[in-house]
Amino acid sequence: MKNILVCVKQVPDTTEVKLDPKTGTLIRDGVPSIINPDDKAGIEIALQLKEKTGAKVTVLSMGPMQADVAMREALAMGCDDAVLLSGREFAGSDTWATSSAIAAAIKNLPYDLIIAGRQAIDGDTAQVGPQIAEHLGIPHISYVAGVDVEGDTLIVKRDFEDRYHIIEAKTPLLLTALGETTEPRYMTVGGIYDAYREKEVKVWAYEDVKDNVDPANLGLKGSPTRVKKSFTKPVKAAGTLYEDISADEAVEKIISKLQEKYII
Amino acid sequence: MDFNLSKEHLLLQEMYRSFAENEVKPLAEEVDEEERFPVETVKKMAKNGMMGIPFPKEYGGQGGDVLGYAMCVEELSKVCGTTGVIVSAHTSLCGAPIYENGTEAQKQKYLIPLAKGEKLGAFGLTEPGAGTDASGQQTKAVLEGDHYVLNGSKIFITNAGYADIFIIFAMTDKSKGTRGISAFIVERDFPGFSVGKHEKKMGIKGSSTCELIMENCIVPKENLLGAEGRGFGIAMKTLDGGRIGIAAQALGLGEGAVEEAVKYTKERTQFGRRISQFQNTQFQLADMHTQMEAAKLLVYKAACKKEAKQPYTMDAAMAKLFAADAAMAVTTKAVQLFGGYGYTREYPVERMMRDAKITEIYEGTSEVQRMVISANLGVN
Repeated sequence: MKNILVCVKQVPDTTEVKLDPKTGTLIRDGVPSIINPDDKAGIEIALQLKEKTGAKVTVLSMGPMQADVAMREALAMGCDDAVLLSGREFAGSDTWATSSAIAAAIKNLPYDLIIAGRQAIDGDTAQVGPQIAEHLGIPHISYVAGVDVEGDTLIVKRDFEDRYHIIEAKTPLLLTALGETTEPRYMTVGGIYDAYREKEVKVWAYEDVKDNVDPANLGLKGSPTRVKKSFTKPVKAAGTLYEDISADEAVEKIISKLQEKYII
Repeated sequence: MDFNLSKEHLLLQEMYRSFAENEVKPLAEEVDEEERFPVETVKKMAKNGMMGIPFPKEYGGQGGDVLGYAMCVEELSKVCGTTGVIVSAHTSLCGAPIYENGTEAQKQKYLIPLAKGEKLGAFGLTEPGAGTDASGQQTKAVLEGDHYVLNGSKIFITNAGYADIFIIFAMTDKSKGTRGISAFIVERDFPGFSVGKHEKKMGIKGSSTCELIMENCIVPKENLLGAEGRGFGIAMKTLDGGRIGIAAQALGLGEGAVEEAVKYTKERTQFGRRISQFQNTQFQLADMHTQMEAAKLLVYKAACKKEAKQPYTMDAAMAKLFAADAAMAVTTKAVQLFGGYGYTREYPVERMMRDAKITEIYEGTSEVQRMVISANLGVN
């Protein structure tokens, strides 16, 4: 494996976000920006693979120029190169337009493996990673808790709520990483100095990717999503787990619960 | 004059804060209660490049600057004074004198493992009879063929219990007074070298502070650091740099106390309101914050002057004097603002106050700093 791309997004640190009491909307001013946690896990997985295979790791993001800090952080963690796709043409993108733009940028870069985060803490759609894979025509595995490599085969652990799969896969491949199962390393002090003194963040504009994408798929105009309503999801209860009961007993339990709640 | 931190320093600050919050703060109380040297933290700090920040990469360092190093000590000290001084003593008092005075061979052999954090360093100047009057060195070093034989003892040596490499000062020619003192690089397992009892201290309890005993200690000739008779000058120059580290430790301790006090006073209610709503509380916090901001400017300025290779002796002395006195005052006030709770070991402020006291004493007492500043003013 020679080249790994890691797609990251700079997001507001939603643990720090406050609600404006008058409008009920998020106050974004002064909220620190961070690398999306799932994406940071993706960087960690990429760096672990780099240690095993000697692959080159390039971090890629689409965002405003302030995302430069996130790129430097990724470089300081150990990534080799950074590309920031930035420009007015990409502003207001939903997931479709974002994945179209990023896939267009990726077409300019050599890759064996692409790693994205499962979902961003501001959008929470979990769509962009799989969409990028589809734009590129490569397979993807999401909800990745860990990756190992044996020769030219990747051994990928995909997590579910109650079980996991171990999948053997070959490159080219896209993975989406889970933040909760991979602890990202700290930046090193020398890594930070290098990120600012030795390395550069390549900034790409629309010009650099326009041959790889239909402009009708970019920016606000290229975004088919319409936000109809925003509301706080009611908290999902933990539920009750009945174990070691027979099928008949289970049926009885389910029917009585449904009756309890007047569903039947 | 730009008073803003560069993007690079902001990112460093973020990294240090994240490390301090996640790796250092959870252990701080235990390190103090059990007087335990945090070995595991030192390993993690080495892994993340925090044990050799200002040394060039070719010598195993991070290729960083003095300000970046000072900020590291500051952020660590905000949550744990012990951890801050471990880094400061190791970097400024052992790594730095080898970097600044060592031969290429000495740098290759000793600076590289120190800067990588593979080995821990310490500085042995103070003796039972030579504290502020450092010139009164009783430890002797006699040249015998291809090695020196050292005899004497040192006290109050930071990192001693866990250090591998020591910078030891000894008298090679008593007739020459301070010009008869020489510096040596001594390894822990040199014959005749041993680490004595661990001091029980008021604060920085997890810091390993011990005696060093040299009984016919054999030190190879090539371990003489700098020329014979130049040891006192090396010690003084080393302490100049070390003062920036200790000033940064004091800065961190004071800032940490202010942060804790602000948080607490906003929660604690008495007389039907938050105590932060009383003007007395607000004015105290305003004063505490202002003192630490002033200390910060002095510390950062001294660091930047050293980095720019400008004379910084007076700046370092002013920074250390001011920051230490400020830390002592601020941490004491913080305990007061916490009231009875602040006096208990449930809350961190009493530890911060106990930790702050030493910053007015070691690496040159506040009195010594005044001597240095007034000498630089030309009034001695």
